[in-house]
Amino acid sequence: MANDIAIIGAGMHPWGKWGHNFVQYGVAAAREALADAGIPWQDVRFVSGGATVRCGYPGYVAGATFAQALGWQGAEVNTSYAACASGSQALAAARNKILAGECEVALVIGADTTPKGFLAPAGGYRPEDPDWVRFYLGITNPTYFALYARRRMDLYGDTLADFAAVKVKNSRVGAMNPRARYRKCFTAEDVAASAMVADPLRLMDICATSDGGAALIVSSLEYARRIGKGDAPRVAAISTVTPTFASGVVEMPDIATDSAAAAGVEAHAYRASIPVKAYEEAGIGPEDVSLAEVYDLSTALELDWIEDLGLAPRGGAAALLRQGDTALGGRIPVNVSGGLACFGEAVPAQAIAQVCELTWQLRGEAGDRQVKDAKVGITANQGLFGHGSSVIVKK
Amino acid sequence: MSDKPLAAAIEGWHTMASKPHLIGSQCTHCGTYFFPSQAQYCRNPACDSTDFREVELSRTGHIWSYTNACYQPPAPFVAADPFEPYAIAAVQLEREEMVVLGQVVTGVGVEDLKVGMPVELVLEPLHETDDDIKVTWKWRPLPADATAQAGA
Repeated sequence: MANDIAIIGAGMHPWGKWGHNFVQYGVAAAREALADAGIPWQDVRFVSGGATVRCGYPGYVAGATFAQALGWQGAEVNTSYAACASGSQALAAARNKILAGECEVALVIGADTTPKGFLAPAGGYRPEDPDWVRFYLGITNPTYFALYARRRMDLYGDTLADFAAVKVKNSRVGAMNPRARYRKCFTAEDVAASAMVADPLRLMDICATSDGGAALIVSSLEYARRIGKGDAPRVAAISTVTPTFASGVVEMPDIATDSAAAAGVEAHAYRASIPVKAYEEAGIGPEDVSLAEVYDLSTALELDWIEDLGLAPRGGAAALLRQGDTALGGRIPVNVSGGLACFGEAVPAQAIAQVCELTWQLRGEAGDRQVKDAKVGITANQGLFGHGSSVIVKK
Repeated sequence: MSDKPLAAAIEGWHTMASKPHLIGSQCTHCGTYFFPSQAQYCRNPACDSTDFREVELSRTGHIWSYTNACYQPPAPFVAADPFEPYAIAAVQLEREEMVVLGQVVTGVGVEDLKVGMPVELVLEPLHETDDDIKVTWKWRPLPADATAQAGA
């Protein structure tokens, strides 16, 4: 409670493959968030941006780039880069600034323009860079998702039909989301007919890369009350924990795990550790969660996350899915935005977009996608190395 | 492939012997293994050692998981023309208590693999340059009872 901040505005530029400058998406998202908050841009005293590394210097200093585009007004600035967790780190920076009493209102913002096809590493001969090494050896992002998916099949008996059912479920809600890139209801047959990319995952099991932008206006609770938004959804927790040695699951872009051979060292699975801190900080448990937005880089990975968040016992996510529990109208809806399956990944915007969806859901403004009586939402995502995050938003 | 000389695709990451090993390092203080080799700082948070020995890692292990690449990866990958899909395995090394990724040898597809299957490390061409044939480590399935005989 003492560490809560209010989310008084949310905005997004629709996801797609528009091919425009990323700044344009960010500005559109920021303007929508400002209008949603009903405050003037000049009231924002801290701009916290998620960086993009594919758009040159404007992307590296994204916070300042967006501040300039919206019109210099002297606000302080921050830029965070943490791959898929960039937006959460930007949100954490804004929260710290607000809780320290250094500003009342902050803009948290991320946007990206992505190239077509596989995300590729920087060039040259650079064996010191694990990202270069794995591409040289023929190991792409879907390789990792497929290794985890195959593991689920072997350990828990998950099937290709289960993975396809995740895509079908998410496409049904994504079709109702005007901000989603893919707005078509797909069938299990559509998934089965799509090309195999990395066995057992087909093209439609794997998320695309997209252009998009997302923004939040966050403030102190006092400021929110002053402008008549005392009941705005609150950020109750942000977890950006790193792994605990030895990290025992091979993570993109590494080609090997840590070794757990030393005395007193055990192998840990990193993903499951991310929400633990979030739950502790919010003082709640998985049983209190109304809905979750998780990082479905692949259909199978959504099932992993459901277990990592404690919403199902280990190996139990497919059973939840088969019962319809994770669908809209089910006991614990997951990815009612449509998830990455319908958005595609716009890296620095994605963690912010997850929080936008929770904000609208907790306000009861999600329209056809509305989760009934949504009170607590949790996000989860993970990018490169030890970058991951989980954010809890509550009423 | 031609009769050009063989060269490691990444210099110093494996031996070139007929029964090759990956070359890693081990912290002399806490015993943690590293691959790729690490000789500057120990990543075990309980250890601040800067002393490492070079070690040959176990050349056999068991499949932790597996997949394949049906599409040609982007550069720096150098693809054959036409592109030939290949299998990939994540292999658990028992002594090192770590998992190492690598391609699976040519001719072995995902339908031939199982989680838990024993495999051994071999060298195979990755691509060819004007001067030589670049080889790298790949995993090859072993008969079910062969891990012990093959030795670590």
